Amino acid sequence: MDKRETGEQILRISGTEIRKCMKCGKCSGRCPAYREMDIKPHQFVGYLIKGKTEKLLESEAIWHCLSCMACVERCPRGVAPQGVIEAVRTTVTRMQGKNGISAEDIPPIVDELIPQQLLVSAYRKYNK
Amino acid sequence: MRISYYPGCTLKTQAKDLDRYARVSAQVLGVEMDEIENWQCCGGVYNTSRDEIATKLSALRALEQAKRNGGKLLTLCSACHNVIKRVNDDAKNDENFCAKANAYLSFDEPYRGETQVIHYLEMLRDEIGFQKIAEKIVRPVKKKIAGYYGCLLLRPSKVMAFDNPENPSVLENFIEAIGGDPVRFPMRNECCGAYVSFKDKDLTAKRSRLVIESAESAGAEIVVTACPLCLYNLRKNGGGKIDVVYFTELLAEALGVKENG
Ligand code: SF4
Ligand code: SF4
Repeated sequence: MDKRETGEQILRISGTEIRKCMKCGKCSGRCPAYREMDIKPHQFVGYLIKGKTEKLLESEAIWHCLSCMACVERCPRGVAPQGVIEAVRTTVTRMQGKNGISAEDIPPIVDELIPQQLLVSAYRKYNK
Repeated sequence: MRISYYPGCTLKTQAKDLDRYARVSAQVLGVEMDEIENWQCCGGVYNTSRDEIATKLSALRALEQAKRNGGKLLTLCSACHNVIKRVNDDAKNDENFCAKANAYLSFDEPYRGETQVIHYLEMLRDEIGFQKIAEKIVRPVKKKIAGYYGCLLLRPSKVMAFDNPENPSVLENFIEAIGGDPVRFPMRNECCGAYVSFKDKDLTAKRSRLVIESAESAGAEIVVTACPLCLYNLRKNGGGKIDVVYFTELLAEALGVKENG
């Protein structure tokens, strides 16, 4: 897939109408992971509109998004910035060797109280 | 009343308390929870990417079974509820997904989102009624209790349709019904830090701390939740100032059946 096709694929699976965005920044203002993100939620939308696909694919923010849906709930234009972030992360993890976590990362994190839900969720979000 | 029930993996392992106190309480309230057969893990999280199909099939299998067994599916874990309700919405409204998933699963009759997914709290509110629950309370839990919703029960509200997403009330009404004093605190519908601890444990720790501090400064003595991951994160990172328990534990206590759980 070339850059344009990848951008189109991200747009298609994001499930949201990015052109409705009015750049108010409310999504980023409400994002609990804002400080940890190199590209902010409203920028995911903006970059996708502008076709800055490579920047999106290199983003570290995809690993920090909590999928809390606060940005989606609170966007005054009905846009889903989380949908764009998820589309980028899904596109990245589907690439060969681009999983977010490896098996060796797990043992140090696991303690005796860890819920199975956390292991399953993290694997689903970060790996393919 | 009999109702098909989906417990989920965590309720069979780390979060047995959430499940067993729900079951003994349901008995007192006249509800028989019928665990569906051969259910599989819901996957814990819903992937919003429109071309995801395989990760949603286990939820569909549970939904289809419930369709043939009463038409309702009761959930308890917030994460299972979120995943199953959203997959059900896809089955109902996303034709492309519905066609592909049905072609793969080949049920006797295609599944198109007919099942009604209800969370245990919705069952208490809508099927039984808090008034009726209040009448059955034998040991009121006389404490200042903070109801923590987190994200998964409420958002996205267009699909979840659980409560007012910015000013919910079901947990507070529940707390009143069991004799407690509900504490509304600003962070009650903000994220605990979820699964991100796998990539950035400081971020999860920070979010959980903020939730606990918010509950504490509002005067809470105890926090209740419906989510095993919220409970884990809040207990681990909250500094141990206030305990966090499953709402079903307090329900069983108030109904006088905690020992049976
Ligand atoms: S809140 Fe909505 S409209 Fe505002 S910047 Fe974010 S996506 Fe755009
Ligand atoms: S879903 Fe992700 S981007 Fe949106 S508010 Fe939550 S953490 Fe931020």
